[in-house]
Amino acid sequence: MKSRLSAAVHGWLLLLPAMALLVAFTHWPAVASLVESFTSTPRPRRPSRFVGVANYEQMLADPVFWQSLVNNLRFALGTIPLAIGLALLMAVWVNDRIPGRTFARMAYFTPTILPMIAVANIWLFFYTPQYGLLEQVTAALGLPSHNWLGSRETALAAVTLVAVWKEAGFFMIFYLAALQGISPTLAEAAALEGASRWTFFRRVQFPLLMPTTLFVLINAVINAFRTVDHIIVMTRGGPDNATSLLLFYVYQVGFNFWDTSYAAALTVVLLVMLAVAALVQYGWLERRVHYR
Amino acid sequence: MHSIAVERVSKTWNGVAAVEDVSFTVEAGDLVALLGPSGCGKSTTLRLIAGLDAPTAGRIVIAGREVTGLPPARRGIAMVFQSYALFPHLSVAENILFGLKVRKVPRAERDGRLAKAAETLGLAPLLDRRPSQLSGGQQQRVALARALVAEASVCLMDEPLSNLDAQLRLEMRREIRALQQRLGMTMIYVTHDQVEAMTMADRVILMRGGRIEQNATPAELYDRPSSAFAARFVGTPPMNVVPATALAGRDWALPDAAAGGLGSLSVGVRPEAVRLDPAGLPAEIVAAEYLGADTLIETRLGGVPFVARTAGRIGMKAGETIHLAWSAGDAHWFDRASERRIA
Repeated sequence: MKSRLSAAVHGWLLLLPAMALLVAFTHWPAVASLVESFTSTPRPRRPSRFVGVANYEQMLADPVFWQSLVNNLRFALGTIPLAIGLALLMAVWVNDRIPGRTFARMAYFTPTILPMIAVANIWLFFYTPQYGLLEQVTAALGLPSHNWLGSRETALAAVTLVAVWKEAGFFMIFYLAALQGISPTLAEAAALEGASRWTFFRRVQFPLLMPTTLFVLINAVINAFRTVDHIIVMTRGGPDNATSLLLFYVYQVGFNFWDTSYAAALTVVLLVMLAVAALVQYGWLERRVHYR
Repeated sequence: MHSIAVERVSKTWNGVAAVEDVSFTVEAGDLVALLGPSGCGKSTTLRLIAGLDAPTAGRIVIAGREVTGLPPARRGIAMVFQSYALFPHLSVAENILFGLKVRKVPRAERDGRLAKAAETLGLAPLLDRRPSQLSGGQQQRVALARALVAEASVCLMDEPLSNLDAQLRLEMRREIRALQQRLGMTMIYVTHDQVEAMTMADRVILMRGGRIEQNATPAELYDRPSSAFAARFVGTPPMNVVPATALAGRDWALPDAAAGGLGSLSVGVRPEAVRLDPAGLPAEIVAAEYLGADTLIETRLGGVPFVARTAGRIGMKAGETIHLAWSAGDAHWFDRASERRIA
């Protein structure tokens, strides 16, 4: 009995360092945000007080919040399928025995190791009006000049493309690892049966990659609501909030307008959305996934 | 008519030959075993016939049609892999029907063939299971069923039984042979197990170092091995091959061929052909292994191990001396340098 108790104490002591860090920097801030979202922002002459759901009511009436939410959903719908599709395509491509395979794998993975700030700066140059790379190409083809990041119609698509470019290589690595885990005799057996490359992919490779797809999908969803660096570098949410994403709006409200309680309420909404998304994915998709 | 003809086929990997100048034919309805130690080129030969690898030189003809350049699917063959290569996410039925669906065989016929194959191999109660829910022997049957429903006249098998336990291997061996004969399939069967090759095959092709060592019926392979390698590879325990000088002065054991001198010869005697005879060669017992029906007595002759197989139990222990003899007709004579048979 005594030894069991001491073993338990021993175990908890081993967990303590990591636990302390997690509590101090993750759990406590999360709970504190939730609490703060029900209070008013402290001002020099007006200390913080309980305001109930006032912050959430303000949110419902806030057009910028709604715009950010819609922008974010469109950003997610743009990046997730494109990044995953591209990752899968690249992985299947560099998994085959092609000349220069190592180089291709490296090239595809490079965007992942670059910091997002650097990536955003590279793309900023691509998109720059008049002398940017894109402009030079379109000008050479005789097409009219266009300010990709400066116009409401194309700004969101432009930043979406950057995120796809950045993420696809990362997801490719997971797909590549999973593809290498599929026995090559399966491909031979399929070839003997007369299956085309496409049939083999559709009927064998893709179903066997489902666990990876689920993992990548969850990561892609989280990333779609978490990515904010390139918005700060490239557009600062503009023009006219056309590229304002939820997390960017949280940042703006919290650290530009210093309305911390409202920012906390926005954060809680963002967290709840992500939690629901993860639950749906695990609950619904996991049942359709074949694990070996 | 030859169902399969392999003509002067070679395969090199980056200059290293895996298969060198191999030629043989398989008659329609025969089961031919490709036998040999690992790395002898038997699996490569099978893969070349299947079209999974392309030969560096030579021609492959199946059912009178040259297939050397054709993809696997157009060669009219079925294949069973060593690892079975079942699709882990598909049910047994879907695995068996995979090829028929790819080939767009009409549904009614598909179901008919599935029912027939499932009945033949006793898979009917397992059709909805996943491969991971099956035992090794059941997986083997599914792989076999997948080969059967293709209704190809030629079936290639790459060490299909090597992942099964001994008891199951014995059963499946008989079952595959019975199936092959009942359905009149032409089969090439790769194995490193000489018992499998000897018991199942109409002909055995023994390979070594990428070349054919001997192509013969099982009886011929046992009775007249063409080389010391073939002699040692077939039979358990293997044939004793000792330098002929160990027999010097024993006229009863020497043939006319030995007249030229014993130094360049070796003599092979199967353990089961050795008898204990007071007039024989004296040898000291190194060890005796009692197997039940008989006993293996290990001795030394000419400095190398020499095993005799005697019926029942002998009352002798290591260190005692016995006398070994055999009929002259049971001795196999090989050239010592080339290892080829000379008489």
